[in-house]
Amino acid sequence: MKNEMQIQFSALSQNESFARVSVGAFIAQLDPTMDELTEIKTVVSEAVTNAIIHGYNENPAGTVQLIVVLEDDTVAITIRDDGKGIGDVEQAREPLYTSKPELERSGMGFTIIENFMDELTITSGDQKGTTVYVKKQLSKNKVVSH
Amino acid sequence: MSFHVETEQKNSVLCVRLQGELDHHTASAVRDKVDEALANPQIKHILLNAEGLTFMDSSGIGVILGRYKKLQARGGELVICTVSSSVYRLLEMAGLFKVLRLEEGEDHALRTLGEAV
Ligand SMILES: Nc1ncnc2c1ncn2[C@@H]1O[C@H](COP(=O)(O)OP(=O)(O)O)[C@@H](O)[C@H]1O
Ligand SMILES: [Mg+2]
Repeated sequence: MKNEMQIQFSALSQNESFARVSVGAFIAQLDPTMDELTEIKTVVSEAVTNAIIHGYNENPAGTVQLIVVLEDDTVAITIRDDGKGIGDVEQAREPLYTSKPELERSGMGFTIIENFMDELTITSGDQKGTTVYVKKQLSKNKVVSH
Repeated sequence: MSFHVETEQKNSVLCVRLQGELDHHTASAVRDKVDEALANPQIKHILLNAEGLTFMDSSGIGVILGRYKKLQARGGELVICTVSSSVYRLLEMAGLFKVLRLEEGEDHALRTLGEAV
């Protein structure tokens, strides 16, 4: 069975926790392990924070879109912004690379996302906005409870 | 979401206790509170107690590294204690254990920094 949810919100930092909590509540129906839940919340936090800080320069007029699709045991998440985009996606994915060291960014966002998910696709370009698509298959060997 | 930073000076050590979820939104509270305390030149080391930390992302890594750099300038150490397995994983992934030391509990960590409890 396929189940989908979509939300969009202003590019405000207080919405980072709202995004994590919303996704966590939605995927609860797949009965993820604590580790899987933490990993997915962390990934959402990273991508949403990137949209707010890098995409929109923290301008609250910007809108972040979040789509979650559940199918069987798979969670697919899309995080999209219409912000300034990424000119060099390869460079952005490198561990420790950040374009905003003055904001004490660690440059670990995409590395963490890659580590926690099975799949990561970044679609972007200079001034073209950014779409981050991630996918993760949840473990099936859990105790079945009814 | 409630987030809380508590600081307490014990001679040369600044104990920083975090409560709640550390992300980009809450990182500035940690930065401001710790940097304000670091204005006191008597403080050499930071002991970060992560016991109450229920979530952390890479913004937490950034704020920890930023404080580490400030201590380096005064020859101090950054010690972290009572970390959950998920926080441990992130610190490990970012290579932070090359620059900060992990200890079990606050009392023990304080002793390793030469402060009596
Ligand atoms: N949504 C986005 N819009 C524009 N640039 C982005 C976006 N997401 C990531 N980037 C770019 O990719 C770089 C690496 O991102 P990340 O690994 O999360 O590190 P950090 O956020 O710490 O800089 C950022 O510094 C930024 O230049
Ligand atoms: Mg980031």
